[in-house]
Amino acid sequence: MFVLVVGAGRVGSSVATSALRAGHTVSVLDEDPLSHERLDVELGQSWEEAGGRFTIGTALELDALIEAGIDEAEVFIASTNGDNTNLVVSQIAQRRFKVPRVVARVLDPRRAAWYAEQGLQTICPTQIAIEQLQEAALAES
Amino acid sequence: MAGLYVIIAGAGKVGWNLARELIEKGHEVTVLEQDRRRYLTVEQELEHAVQYGDATELWVLERAGIQRADLVVAVTGDDEDNLLICQVAKEKYLCERIIARVNNPRNLEHFKLMGIQPAVSATDLILRLIEHEVPRYGLVHLLDLPEERLEIIELVVAEDAPAAGRRVAEMALPDGALVISVLRNGSGFVPKADTVVEAGDEVLVVLDPGLEQDITREFVGNSSDG
Repeated sequence: MFVLVVGAGRVGSSVATSALRAGHTVSVLDEDPLSHERLDVELGQSWEEAGGRFTIGTALELDALIEAGIDEAEVFIASTNGDNTNLVVSQIAQRRFKVPRVVARVLDPRRAAWYAEQGLQTICPTQIAIEQLQEAALAES
Repeated sequence: MAGLYVIIAGAGKVGWNLARELIEKGHEVTVLEQDRRRYLTVEQELEHAVQYGDATELWVLERAGIQRADLVVAVTGDDEDNLLICQVAKEKYLCERIIARVNNPRNLEHFKLMGIQPAVSATDLILRLIEHEVPRYGLVHLLDLPEERLEIIELVVAEDAPAAGRRVAEMALPDGALVISVLRNGSGFVPKADTVVEAGDEVLVVLDPGLEQDITREFVGNSSDG
């Protein structure tokens, strides 16, 4: 599959490297060139030599999205460090580029839930942390 | 337009001045500002009409009473924020009227994609005025109604223009163009078919997009071309 990851911080870069290792075609878009180094380090070799693609640009620029290959993308992952950017860019991927599978990381639990109701697949790390903390701290032992 | 409840996201220059004007006109306003220092500055003047918080968060909008808002205006300096604030106002809280500010005109198409209208870009407006080259064509673009496929332009009738001294009915205007008002010596009136347009009149014309050239020919003449 062609996987496009927008935002390669800790979460995005890990997902990108594991997708590449699993044999998928992976393209990463990030505004910070440092993210490229993170990918190299996580992979233990050069990202490009391992077959990965990397584009420097911001998520809302259509030119950058197109250069990163959004037209061919089968999976789109919005994992920048900003909820608002992720919510906007994932809707662009969904509505404008008709990417079949779009997943957005949204830290705000209420908006993650509401946008999920609207048909956007959201992953909420905060909600996961809340549930795990409650389980760890309050569960009957 | 009396007694609206308006929520304004962003207490920058645009938001603050907008709040001031609306309050003066008798409307009820709540401004939302996420920067603590900016909030404290604005609060000295607007007092309870400004609240501290991030307007992209649902509880902040709810605390401001978005359920009863007649109008939500998102004028922060961040286009993603403005887009999402208007999106939840419209689709989650069913607010009937929204207005969004677009900081970067390249983002305008994202607002259109999500159905956020009207989306206003000051940069885009000024750019259009420049592109329409006011002195050359003698024509100012006042308003675009893309949904209705109409625009309104203003121009000054030149001395040697074919329209000068002519009755409205005799003008060689293309189909899809209509003179809707004439300003002369500081006062305006709606012209009738037998109104004679004079050189120096300011004329408002409503037209289908793409007819500017034909209109210019009739009202501006040759001297100011090129």
